[in-house]
Amino acid sequence: MYTLSNRLRLFSIILMVVGGIGLVSGFLSTPKTIEEVKEKMAAHDAHGGGHGESHAEESGHGNQNHGEAAADAHGGDEHYKHVLHQLQNKPWASLYVAAFFFFMIALGVLAFYAIQFAAQAGWSPVLFRVMEAITAYLVPGGIILFVILALSGFHVNHLFVWADPKVVEHDALIQGKSGWLNGTGFIIRAAIFLGGWLLYRHFAVKYSRLQDEDATGNKWYKKSFKISAGFLVFFIYTESMMSWDWIMSFDPHWFSTLFGWYVFASLFVSGITTIALITIYLKSKGYMEFVNNSHIHDLAKFMFGISIFWTYLWFSQFMLIWYSNIPEEVTYFITRIEDYKLPFFGMLAMNFIFPLLVLMNSDFKRVNWFVVMAGIVILCGHYIDVYNMVMPATVGESWFIGVSEISAVLLFLGLFLFVVFRALTKAPLLAKGNPYIEESKHFHY
Amino acid sequence: MASKVIHALYIDDDVLMDAVKKVRAEHYHIEEVFTPFPVHGLDKAMGLPHTRLAITSFMYGCVGLTVAILMMNFIMIEDWPQDIGGKPSFSYLENMPAFVPIMFELTVFFAAHLMVITFYMRSRLWPFKEAENPDLRTTDDHFLMEVDAGNHDVDTLTSLLSDTGAVEIKVIDKEEDNH
Repeated sequence: MYTLSNRLRLFSIILMVVGGIGLVSGFLSTPKTIEEVKEKMAAHDAHGGGHGESHAEESGHGNQNHGEAAADAHGGDEHYKHVLHQLQNKPWASLYVAAFFFFMIALGVLAFYAIQFAAQAGWSPVLFRVMEAITAYLVPGGIILFVILALSGFHVNHLFVWADPKVVEHDALIQGKSGWLNGTGFIIRAAIFLGGWLLYRHFAVKYSRLQDEDATGNKWYKKSFKISAGFLVFFIYTESMMSWDWIMSFDPHWFSTLFGWYVFASLFVSGITTIALITIYLKSKGYMEFVNNSHIHDLAKFMFGISIFWTYLWFSQFMLIWYSNIPEEVTYFITRIEDYKLPFFGMLAMNFIFPLLVLMNSDFKRVNWFVVMAGIVILCGHYIDVYNMVMPATVGESWFIGVSEISAVLLFLGLFLFVVFRALTKAPLLAKGNPYIEESKHFHY
Repeated sequence: MASKVIHALYIDDDVLMDAVKKVRAEHYHIEEVFTPFPVHGLDKAMGLPHTRLAITSFMYGCVGLTVAILMMNFIMIEDWPQDIGGKPSFSYLENMPAFVPIMFELTVFFAAHLMVITFYMRSRLWPFKEAENPDLRTTDDHFLMEVDAGNHDVDTLTSLLSDTGAVEIKVIDKEEDNH
């Protein structure tokens, strides 16, 4: 049995407290009125000549965007209003990105877990308890995400532009999509997705525990196998729709057919990486002697392979849109390349080139610190991936990875560590009733 | 110079593995082992070094990538930068996404084919190559271990081999060494 050390508990609580305080201060420091924005921008301009120059360019750019508005008498204020909305969105968006990122890790692990059952994998059963513990985060993470989605779906904040009736009034494109994109449907769908995933998670863990107690005839194992196969079918549909609802609808004018797969690859590789990191941590503490370096090697292979799969999907989406250059589609990438150059291309280096070169060598995949290093870069890279998906549509060019972004990550990281490591104490770390457990213990590659 | 080798035949790969370990423990030199199929772990038991084929493949892949980049940079950007459907051919980077499929395929092509050819050359395989099979049965259901008798006492060696479960032991005089 694993016991949660006081240091780890304290560490996660400190993370949560620090993150919470930072996030609250992020919310408090958002400007309330246009006048505040003006003051802030003026102060910013006064700071340095170089900055001011680039800023003047930026505001010129903003006015171009609002050419129609500029023709109005209040044309000048229209830009500040725009910036005000972006700045008000910023703490919400950073909260959302972090909430979604940690939730998607748990969801990726859940999908991986189901695949291991459905494929009757012989290598992974020693890792099942780690996976079960990570998926424990689905419950609190899912509830928090649901609350944020509900708030946004009913327009408490400006995260989803389609939720704003004033915007929809003047937007024929969103009106055409309002059969799908409306607050009520949004919440109902989110409840169905989350409900289905949590239901599978509940029964998979329950059957896994029951199989430990009574392995005769593998009754519970067979049930696990069946619900896993069923869950995977449910998952691939709901995951795809989830990505439309929770990510793609930030840009309601834009659509992409492989977006669901793209989000899936992102959450899958983050999930596998987290399994590897937590397994290595527990092994280093002496809790998992039955895990050998072949297991780590296999996880690292998955990290490597799925990173490349993610890149394949990223590039397929990017290249098709770049190549055909249809205005209605290509704006998505133009805003990202113009305003988010570093995060947009930086994540490509972190999610593709780095794991490609580090994890290609078979020997390196057995070296724990190599896997940990690659894993941390992959996780940061996929955080930026989510950041790139959400931020351009919510805060636009007013983005900055500052107090509210980092605090939100710390808050959810603390919660994640707390929930996952507490879940690890609930059951023995070896699923001894699993029919493949002996094979898995002697797994050797 | 004629050299003496001993051919020991086995009919089971597990027995063969044990025999290889025993013979190596007694410090005899195993010239070669002939098997009808890959025996997992045999290379480790024989103490063979790791293959470096994967490293060559990586380098060939780098060559392929370089070829693709240089080729398309010359053709599409330097030699005749035409406007083809509005694609920006001012610099390589600007038009790079259009070149990625070719860069990828040439990397794989070079890595795969040159590695296969390296494998053929290193293991001396070609169409009209004379087979080096010491016993026809080794391609079907027998395993053959060839031990260098050299300066050792043949009788103790054969008795050791028969103890390891060999079904047939032959002492062969080799006229020439084909290694």
